Amino acid sequence: MRSKQKLRIAAFSTVIAFVTTSGAALAQKKYDTGATDAEIKIGNIMPYSGPASAYGVIGKTEAAYFTKINAEGGIKGRKINFITYDDGYSPPKAVEQARKLVESDEVLLVFNPLGTPSNSAIQKYLNSKKVPQLFVATGATKWNDPKSFPWTMGWQPSYQSEARIYAKFLMKEKPDAKIAILYQNDDFGKDYLKGLKDGLGAKASAIVAEESYETTEPTIDGHIVKLKSTGADTFISITTPKFAAQAIKKLGEIEWKPLHIVSNVSASVGSVMKPAGFENSQGILSAAYAKDGADPQWDNDPGMKKFYAFLEKYYPEANKLDGSVVFGYGVAQTMAKVIEMCGDNLTRENVMKQAASLKDFAPDTLLPGVKINTSATDFAPIEQLQMMRFKGEKWELFGDIISGELSN
Amino acid sequence: MSAVQEVVTPAAIEAVPKRAMTLGYGTSLIMLALLLLVPLFVKNFIIFQLTMLLIYGLAVLALNILTGGSGQFSLGQSAFYAVGAYTSAILMEHAGMNYALTLPVAGLICFGFGFLFGQPALRLSGVYLALATFALATAMPQLLKLGYFEHWTGGVQGLVVTKPDAPFGLPISQDMWLYYFTLVITIAIYIFSVNLLQSRSGRALMAIRDNEIAASAMGVDVALYKTLAFGVSAGITGIAGGLGAIAVQFVAPDAYTITLAISLFLGMVVGGVGWLPGSIVGSAFIIFVPNIAEGISKGLSGAVFGVLLFLVIFLVPHGARQVAIVAQQLMGKLKRN
Repeated sequence: MRSKQKLRIAAFSTVIAFVTTSGAALAQKKYDTGATDAEIKIGNIMPYSGPASAYGVIGKTEAAYFTKINAEGGIKGRKINFITYDDGYSPPKAVEQARKLVESDEVLLVFNPLGTPSNSAIQKYLNSKKVPQLFVATGATKWNDPKSFPWTMGWQPSYQSEARIYAKFLMKEKPDAKIAILYQNDDFGKDYLKGLKDGLGAKASAIVAEESYETTEPTIDGHIVKLKSTGADTFISITTPKFAAQAIKKLGEIEWKPLHIVSNVSASVGSVMKPAGFENSQGILSAAYAKDGADPQWDNDPGMKKFYAFLEKYYPEANKLDGSVVFGYGVAQTMAKVIEMCGDNLTRENVMKQAASLKDFAPDTLLPGVKINTSATDFAPIEQLQMMRFKGEKWELFGDIISGELSN
Repeated sequence: MSAVQEVVTPAAIEAVPKRAMTLGYGTSLIMLALLLLVPLFVKNFIIFQLTMLLIYGLAVLALNILTGGSGQFSLGQSAFYAVGAYTSAILMEHAGMNYALTLPVAGLICFGFGFLFGQPALRLSGVYLALATFALATAMPQLLKLGYFEHWTGGVQGLVVTKPDAPFGLPISQDMWLYYFTLVITIAIYIFSVNLLQSRSGRALMAIRDNEIAASAMGVDVALYKTLAFGVSAGITGIAGGLGAIAVQFVAPDAYTITLAISLFLGMVVGGVGWLPGSIVGSAFIIFVPNIAEGISKGLSGAVFGVLLFLVIFLVPHGARQVAIVAQQLMGKLKRN
């Protein structure tokens, strides 16, 4: 009997002790699933295999960045546990992986999942579960919709806002342009085309020809020849790197010299201009928001120095000419910033609140003057771009930083 | 051991006696009990995976009827799957139809589609037929992107589908309800398929598979039965596609590429060509093995998957059926002792 009583008292006192200590802890620190004193679990979905596997580099860069943070002691003493899965660019697989991250790995948030189809597939699920879907790696315009999807946020400038910048530029500099457009027949191309037409507004009749191509086509030469025959004097290339390079080369071969605009996705010196030949690339226009790792003008830039030092130490096999590496670094840095701002209140709600209160944040790899700003009604972190012209072996920025903000 | 060697013959699709196409009563009941009880004890995420297991299982079963039953190859199953998925999604989202009612419509449309495709396919056989169906699979994602249908299909952006709640206020989660809903349909289709293959029509199909000329000499309408096999297979695949759309809650052209068709083909081979219960094993292979491969090495997941697949084909060329036969013989020996 006695021993039973003793046991009861002991049990009772431990319960009291537990309640008081945890109560005290709760007053300072708040956690949701996926965050503890020791670590923060961040989930991620990337196409490491399949048709878009070239983008897998982004996931690897992010993993390397979080390794760096952990090596430097973590964020407020908490280590980042970065869990990244492969979806092979297939929406059903993305759903499976998102559910695995949320229900099996129990992550605090899903960070930077890549691809418009994959993100569309998991958006409804993550919002119904109230799990942040932060800084998605796609330029579709629909991610900036805090009213319907308060748990989803983009990162890069949307395709539509970039296209509007070109439209603005053309209307000002070349009001009588006859425009020929080559676009990729997918969400990227279509979204872009819409932005361009919206931007031109009443002047949309300036578009004399549109051609679309599939990513499975081995060459787009036929489309280029057809576009030239329309007598257009302005060529807008809404293409991914491989096709952008083919187009530039073909233009050189058939000696068609229109005003040539290349979408930002393909404005890479290393993967587009160099393979297409510098002699063919002179005078091409584009717009940028991030620094190009292949461009020597940034060699002495303090931000890029930090970036190069990071690559050397944590991701030496990376190709610094690859725009995806620059992208991965910038977006991971934004994520780390948000976690830092959350302090000890690591609830999913607070993560979204902090992500929506970024003020003039400038990751190391963004162009000088381009800043990340968000608010409760503005879920589009980067909205500024600067026009640039290709000269010699590098891009020359010109004009002001332009905001492509959609004025709805 | 000698019995196993008898099974291993070099023919691409060997004759499968119809009794060997199904499981015994005891095994069937154990399987059923497992499928009924397991979801009660696991997380929602696992239930979702099990639902996908049944759905891909159905699609593999459909291919099995076509290839294992009538001896025709198809690399175009992803096209039928896509048509089924889009039919369900469009009916649910644009016409506001109940999800359960969209499935028979998806099945019927795909049956018609498959039957029509079966007509020109009649002139082709073997690898040529495989190529023709391959063309269908590569064309499908682009057709779904076409501007003319964009209002309905959502174009490249795809369509988001609403997941149904459990009816009658049943106190179970959406996932669990969908699982049991899928299970009932799967069992119904499984029983239908087993009966089909054991019926007069099934015997006709197998006669065509084994020897077309002999079959027609016996009075089998070769053309009709071959196209019917295509129709039935496409119909079942369509129902699987519709269920898939509801479970994943999203349809997009990129979800139904040739990769899906090849996965289903792979599932059929791993499960055992012509052995219907193997479909579920094949489906498990295409769902879980890529995850295992990814767990072993992220950068080399494709290569690891290849090695695992090679091992399976090398060690048990007849897939799960071979394993089942060996197990059965062991059981028989144990009983005798």
